[in-house]
Amino acid sequence: MRLLVREVFLPFRRLPLLSVLSITTIAFSLFTVGLFGLVALNLRQALRGLEARVEVVAFVLRGTPPETITVAAQDVATFPEVQTVDYVSEDQALARARRELVEFRDAYRDLQTNPLPASIEIRLKEGYRDASHAELVAERLRSFPFVDDVRFGRDWVQRLDHIRNLAGVLGLIIGVVFAVVAMVIIGVTIRMTMLQRAREIHIMRLVGATNWFIRGPFLLEGALKGLLGGLLAILLCYAGFAVFQRSAPALSGLVFFTPLHMLLILAFGILLGLLASLISVGRHLRLVGGRPERRAA
Amino acid sequence: MIRLQHVIKTFPNGALALKDVSFHVPKAQFVFLTGHSGAGKSTLLKMLYAELRPTSGEVRVGGHLVHSLKGDEIPRLRRRLGIVFQDFRLLEDRTASENVAFALEVTGASGDTIPARVTRVLTQVGLAGKARAYPRELSGGEQQRVAIARALVNDPAILLADEPTGNLDERASLGVFQLLRDINAGGTVVVMATHDLSLVRQATYRTIDMRDGAVIHDSGPDAGSPLA
Repeated sequence: MRLLVREVFLPFRRLPLLSVLSITTIAFSLFTVGLFGLVALNLRQALRGLEARVEVVAFVLRGTPPETITVAAQDVATFPEVQTVDYVSEDQALARARRELVEFRDAYRDLQTNPLPASIEIRLKEGYRDASHAELVAERLRSFPFVDDVRFGRDWVQRLDHIRNLAGVLGLIIGVVFAVVAMVIIGVTIRMTMLQRAREIHIMRLVGATNWFIRGPFLLEGALKGLLGGLLAILLCYAGFAVFQRSAPALSGLVFFTPLHMLLILAFGILLGLLASLISVGRHLRLVGGRPERRAA
Repeated sequence: MIRLQHVIKTFPNGALALKDVSFHVPKAQFVFLTGHSGAGKSTLLKMLYAELRPTSGEVRVGGHLVHSLKGDEIPRLRRRLGIVFQDFRLLEDRTASENVAFALEVTGASGDTIPARVTRVLTQVGLAGKARAYPRELSGGEQQRVAIARALVNDPAILLADEPTGNLDERASLGVFQLLRDINAGGTVVVMATHDLSLVRQATYRTIDMRDGAVIHDSGPDAGSPLA
């Protein structure tokens, strides 16, 4: 164990500049991923607010008895996509219009008859607030004989879908690209450490060290660099977040990573470091260690 | 302890490094492997510690079928061997005792036993007083003694020495040779590749002479005696 700890920290002592450089590069890669994550997190937060407003409204034919509508509303409430169903009578619709549409208050006040239809307002459950599910619910509502028309703001629901998909795909691409960059960098630094320690590895092999014994310190070194890089990336993200928040006070309600998110970033850093060193060690061990060639015949 | 049967080694570039080499080394024997540079001595030693594999033929070392060892079985073979090289192969940033302890540490030896075992072998090679010296502070002969101590610390049944006196002056060479003889006197098989005929002439040990990858003379499995 003592030897393992010593071997892991040896490259940090022997190649301090290279180690600092590799940790910084990993940190910047993870920082970029982290920044994008932060944007995605806040975008998702904002979208969730918008999503909650996705509503399907079924306008009811004039003269439909309220009991019929109430029974139908109970039926609609059992749809798997539906969170709440509200029946808005003609009178309630007029009262709301007078209250909310202040510009037309005079026009509504002078009305002899109520032109507004009764409606059923349906809010969808989380996860169903997209165009396809809204359309599905709308389709089912249209099958009720007393339903005159169904609206759900198709355009903006579709736009919402689009933004959501774009953010997801962009996040994935940027995440993968920077993860690969970080892995390549960790791999290169591990390779340099291995070349620098080629003699030591060779001697280890000669005195009977197993491959896993030789790999161990390099894997831990990679994991440690990933961890330190992750920590630095979180600090950088926080600094960036604080600066942004100060320079754009209008954007209130911005959120930073939760502790769980930070743990995930650290775990991701460690995983990147481990994977990169595993690949790098596997490829270069045979170059520097003098692994015996295969029997030719 | 060592048995080679019809060993042939061809390198990927087509060079024939060993041509049908067969011999047997019994327990406690001291064997000189002689011949000019390029005769195949080092290639043969590399076969014994599984650094190279034969193209055909069988290599048995201390009960291991080296020619068919899997990668993960090689460390077990090497822990039963001690290997010494012309260029010592010491770690420059570690002291003599740390270099020796390294061989125990990498094989997972218990930490409590390491200092005593290191001291024992350093005393055996006559370097007890230089345990804390770094390789650069030691003479060539002393560095080779550290390398021998490292080879001995795992109590090997077989010691393989590839030109161990090649970088040493005559006096240091004699000292190292005497040390190897003492080790052999304790029952350890010693296979020493050398082209220093003056050393070979000093004892009547078995001599296997090689040229162009073939054994051209073997003084025989029963030749020589530790007392010679």
